[in-house]
Amino acid sequence: MRLKDLESKLQNVAGFDKPKIELEQYCTTPHLAARMLYTAHTVYDDIESKVVADFGCGCGILSIAANLLNSSYNLALEIDDDALQIAKENCSEFEVDVDFTLTDLISIPMDHLRNKVDTIVMNPPFGTKNNKGIDMIFLKKAIEAAKISVYSLHKSTTREHIRKKAKEWGVECEVLAEMKFDVPMMYKGHKKKSVDIEVDFIRFAKKSY
Amino acid sequence: MRLVAHNMLQCHVKGCNSNNFPLQLSNVEIEIQETDFNPMFLRNILPKLEWNALVKTALQINITTLPNVLPDTSTDDLDDEFLKMLHRVLLETHIQQGKMICPNCNHVYAIKDGIPNMLLNENET
Repeated sequence: MRLKDLESKLQNVAGFDKPKIELEQYCTTPHLAARMLYTAHTVYDDIESKVVADFGCGCGILSIAANLLNSSYNLALEIDDDALQIAKENCSEFEVDVDFTLTDLISIPMDHLRNKVDTIVMNPPFGTKNNKGIDMIFLKKAIEAAKISVYSLHKSTTREHIRKKAKEWGVECEVLAEMKFDVPMMYKGHKKKSVDIEVDFIRFAKKSY
Repeated sequence: MRLVAHNMLQCHVKGCNSNNFPLQLSNVEIEIQETDFNPMFLRNILPKLEWNALVKTALQINITTLPNVLPDTSTDDLDDEFLKMLHRVLLETHIQQGKMICPNCNHVYAIKDGIPNMLLNENET
């Protein structure tokens, strides 16, 4: 499947009905989601025939993209039941099999995910709504669980901190692209219609693999 | 939820640190949804699964076809019949409703419309 075909298919993924500010629910755009998964697939071969988990799946767009690129099994974790219902609906529209669990990534242990999940894809909350550091909690858990690699989006301003942490955790960290994340101003506190946030698209690789 | 996912879930109530896996299935409603057979995936996932936990869980939902000991997956001679049986158990058997009970602390996690609810109350974490 070509990149533009993947992106065009992902245009049909439904977004949040009522996004929740405290959970930083911005849907990953089809543009970003397609590029993330296409790169993981074509450059690193980390998707096809792999067990792929999606941490904080929201509307499920990353899991659907993984499925379209022939991942063999998909698990998606999400704390918000309303988001999961949309994700489930999206998956049935696309006729893809994803196993969902209603999960708080902060408190869930990784003991039994470890070694079973090959690749983790995620667009974690950035930790800008009184939840500072949540992006790093997601990342640490993902790195703990993934056998091969983790693909994630992080604010570019946190790049050096992330590099330092990756080194500390003993994983390779490669910034694959700088992207603009068009965050729609869907909440009352927002003055502009939308704002571009600079994000890094990063691959973390287990060195032993 | 399929049994592959169940094989990744454990109890995480505060202080419940041992004998908290696998969660025991109870009062379940099962639905079979057919999907494409992918023998390569099965060969890959087999050595990663916690087999004893899987066999035990399968028995709880009256699936008696799994052998107690996992055949040697390093050799390539797993026959198609065996893999097709596994395909049915692992990828086509969906647990739609029911409960998962921790064998240690008896905490109950509900499964609703195919989604297990692993969330805990604040005083449980």
